[in-house]
Amino acid sequence: METFIEEFGLIWGGFLATLSLAAVAGALALALGTVLAAFRVSPVGPLRTFGTLYVEIVRNTPLTLMFFFWVFVVPSLGFVPELGFQTSIIALTLYTSAFVCEALRAGINSVGVGQAEAARSLGFTFGQTLSQVVLPQAWRTSVPPLISVLIALVKNTSVAAGFAFTEMVAISKRLTNLHASDAIFIFFGIGVMYLLITIPLGILASRIERKVAFAR
Amino acid sequence: MSEQSVLYDVPGPRAKRRDVILNVVFTAAFLVLIGFVVMSLYRRGVFDDRWQVLWDPPKSQSAGDVWGSLLRGIRATLLAAAIAAPMALTLGILVSTLRRGLRFKVSRGSMAVITELARGLPVLLLMFFARFVLGWEPLWSVVFGLVVYNAAVVAEIVRAGLAALPKGQREAGLSIGLSPMRTTLAIELPQAIRIMLPALVSQLVVLLKDSSLGYIVSYEELLRIMKTNRDFFGDRYTIPLFVVGAGIYITINIVVSRLAIRLESRMRRSQHVARTVSGEAPEPHTAPGVTAPTLQAAPKRRGP
Repeated sequence: METFIEEFGLIWGGFLATLSLAAVAGALALALGTVLAAFRVSPVGPLRTFGTLYVEIVRNTPLTLMFFFWVFVVPSLGFVPELGFQTSIIALTLYTSAFVCEALRAGINSVGVGQAEAARSLGFTFGQTLSQVVLPQAWRTSVPPLISVLIALVKNTSVAAGFAFTEMVAISKRLTNLHASDAIFIFFGIGVMYLLITIPLGILASRIERKVAFAR
Repeated sequence: MSEQSVLYDVPGPRAKRRDVILNVVFTAAFLVLIGFVVMSLYRRGVFDDRWQVLWDPPKSQSAGDVWGSLLRGIRATLLAAAIAAPMALTLGILVSTLRRGLRFKVSRGSMAVITELARGLPVLLLMFFARFVLGWEPLWSVVFGLVVYNAAVVAEIVRAGLAALPKGQREAGLSIGLSPMRTTLAIELPQAIRIMLPALVSQLVVLLKDSSLGYIVSYEELLRIMKTNRDFFGDRYTIPLFVVGAGIYITINIVVSRLAIRLESRMRRSQHVARTVSGEAPEPHTAPGVTAPTLQAAPKRRGP
């Protein structure tokens, strides 16, 4: 236990590294995922095909393989992203955006066709239908799964430990090597640090879900 | 194209013309982009003799050596998944059954706490725990991480299935004098597992994908073998090896995902699945992700 307190500076650094990975990759993945979702519901065939292909491939790729691609394969093509933070951000963003896209698309698909028909029959324009009828409903359905995606992202940042980025899991391994006898406490403490992020997010998700639940 | 979308009207003549134009423009743009990528890959010499590593490798190795090692990798990946999947299923079903069937609030609550904890931790941390604290073999560390996390997810999936059953099922069981536990075991559980089968199968994909974390705890699975081969033959051969390995991973996972989708559509047509109050079978939330964002507690009860 004492080791955990003594080494708290190191662990805190790892915690911040984990948080910043999750925050940056999360923001980028939300943006990219929204674009992909727009592709997948657009009336333009090639864009839809691109979106579908991307999501199908990325969703069936292990994250570790995605990291492997950016750390070992891409540099041999001549583009060398900076090892560590940068590659981790790229891999996590590309991976997570596929899941963001699916959450958003599921939200849009959950809106009944009758809603849009009703709006149009009332004389709403395309923009009004979208912004006042379809998207507000789609958004409500999408928020809880989106938070789940972000929770998964927080945990997924740990994969960066295997590819030269020092976040919390990497720290746990280093500290275990230093203080073998206290290993159990170190792991316990670091587990708690993860739960400090993931459990509140989970509670938030179920709160929002209850709050935005509406009859269809 | 023809499927009715909530976002657009059925296209009229003008919209149809516009769609055709946009289709042509974007197809052309994509073709140009693909051509450009292929050209620049070609200039970098990606399509030269390095692909020979797959049938006539250098360093006096035979193609059999390369493919043999890759096969060993696939076997190790599948082995870890094959050990972990049944264990995770059993444990998950056990936890959700206890949570439903036990009489005491305390015991139900502790089951809930255990699932929450196991779901909130990174799989890799669990694997590291088994590897470095418990000092287990790499294979068993991988299995440990996979079992703990996926059992929690399975427990949540089954719980959502139980919650989605019509209330009358439980009431009927209790009213003919079965204990709560027997009601859960004999009446509710078989139905819940059945309606959640697609979600359970998609969780298998997650488990299979997570087995690649074995790479980091030095378990000799497919990805680790790819890396070993690359280190042996040299950086030049990264791309062919990666293409083969990624192809194997993606193919296996897509096959399992398809299975889940097929099961789901069969389930929709099936007459033997309990309907929820509103008359439709509950949609299983498929759980994506390495560490999948899991189910939203219980499916919402939809008003009529």
